[in-house]
Amino acid sequence: MKSLESILAVHPFFKGLEDKYLALVTGCASNVRFEAGQFIHRQDEEANSFYIIREGKVALEVCPPGKNPVTVQTVSDGEILGWAWLIPPYHWQFDAQAVELTRAIVLDGKCLRNKCGEDHTLGYELLSRLLPVIGKTMEATRLQLLDIYGNNH
Amino acid sequence: MEPLLSSRITPWPYRIEKVIRETHNTFSLDVVPREGASPRTFLPGQFNMLYAFGVGEVPISISGPKPGIQGMIHTIRDVGAVTHALHRLKKGQTVGLRGPFGSAWPIEAAKGNDVVIMAGGIGLAPLRPALYALLDQREQFGEIALLYGARKPEDLLFTKEFETWRGRYGVQVKLTVDIADREWRGNVGVVNSLIQRVNFDPLNTVAMICGPEVMMRFAVPELKRQGILEDRIFITMERNMKCAVGFCGHCQFGPTFICKDGPVFRYDQVRKFFGVREF
Repeated sequence: MKSLESILAVHPFFKGLEDKYLALVTGCASNVRFEAGQFIHRQDEEANSFYIIREGKVALEVCPPGKNPVTVQTVSDGEILGWAWLIPPYHWQFDAQAVELTRAIVLDGKCLRNKCGEDHTLGYELLSRLLPVIGKTMEATRLQLLDIYGNNH
Repeated sequence: MEPLLSSRITPWPYRIEKVIRETHNTFSLDVVPREGASPRTFLPGQFNMLYAFGVGEVPISISGPKPGIQGMIHTIRDVGAVTHALHRLKKGQTVGLRGPFGSAWPIEAAKGNDVVIMAGGIGLAPLRPALYALLDQREQFGEIALLYGARKPEDLLFTKEFETWRGRYGVQVKLTVDIADREWRGNVGVVNSLIQRVNFDPLNTVAMICGPEVMMRFAVPELKRQGILEDRIFITMERNMKCAVGFCGHCQFGPTFICKDGPVFRYDQVRKFFGVREF
């Protein structure tokens, strides 16, 4: 069976991370499994973790008042779920629900924040990996806002 | 027999064989020539000018049928006066048809390669004949990936065919929508995000993209990031086409006319003008 460290070492998100930092990150990691329909987190709950999806699919939902939930993004195999653990006041902005059986590695955000506070190089390494994920999501969101497939295009 | 000189600018009568409701605002017309009009053959990616009598004429991509079957299918979104008039037509009625016009998807050139087909919205319509052609000669190609995005699940075209395509060996079909409710079990996000979810050998891949220009502007860099070469990326361009034969200049795009030199272009041939503001 592969160790968490060996799994994280080959994941594109941690590619090139020094061994000592990988060991620090692994210290905050554990395996999790979510059944289809299970909520991983709810909007406004404290955000103290982020996930590397190994297998499965997670829907990020918004619940407009008086209306049914709307899925605005799905995250699947190999992708990263969640960065609210980095941004005060550390609350989730969306509900996250497993669409199908999902296996992931969860990283304890609080533990990572502390370690990043103690070693800024680790902080820089993690941020420089997370920012492209955030940037890509933002780019995608802007395209979604444009309604590019709509009648006016 | 058709008059030689006017054959490209005179609409010929075609009978509507079948009207297919695709989505709430998109429909397909399957047409066959009426007496006196000769049957036409088309290449995947080409378009026809459809004339709604007394209303006007619009360029419409040919979306089928499968190779070897008679007729031509046109998939149309009801967005303006002419398409609205076409939407009102029923089986047995007549439309005017000129064409087929324009360039085609590089099916022959793609042989021996993996093929990534990327479509947004109604952009799947002109790519469907390409997919049919690829599947008709399946053994000639490597991996085939269809990446298709639409606004909502109910806007997805040709949904009944996805399972058939998925069932073929080495064919990957990935769908996504911009927004959905809980009934939808598929992906939510922009179509570009699907590129990294399919397997292909970038250096031996031909990509064919059709969708709104803004979608293609983001799709091309993503395909390049994955390692696909510019001269192996093909896109379709859309402009206001009137004559369809390069006379009127309405669809001029830099040194080219979309109707005559396009609508399918190799990306590196139009890169200079692609995405230029107000161009």
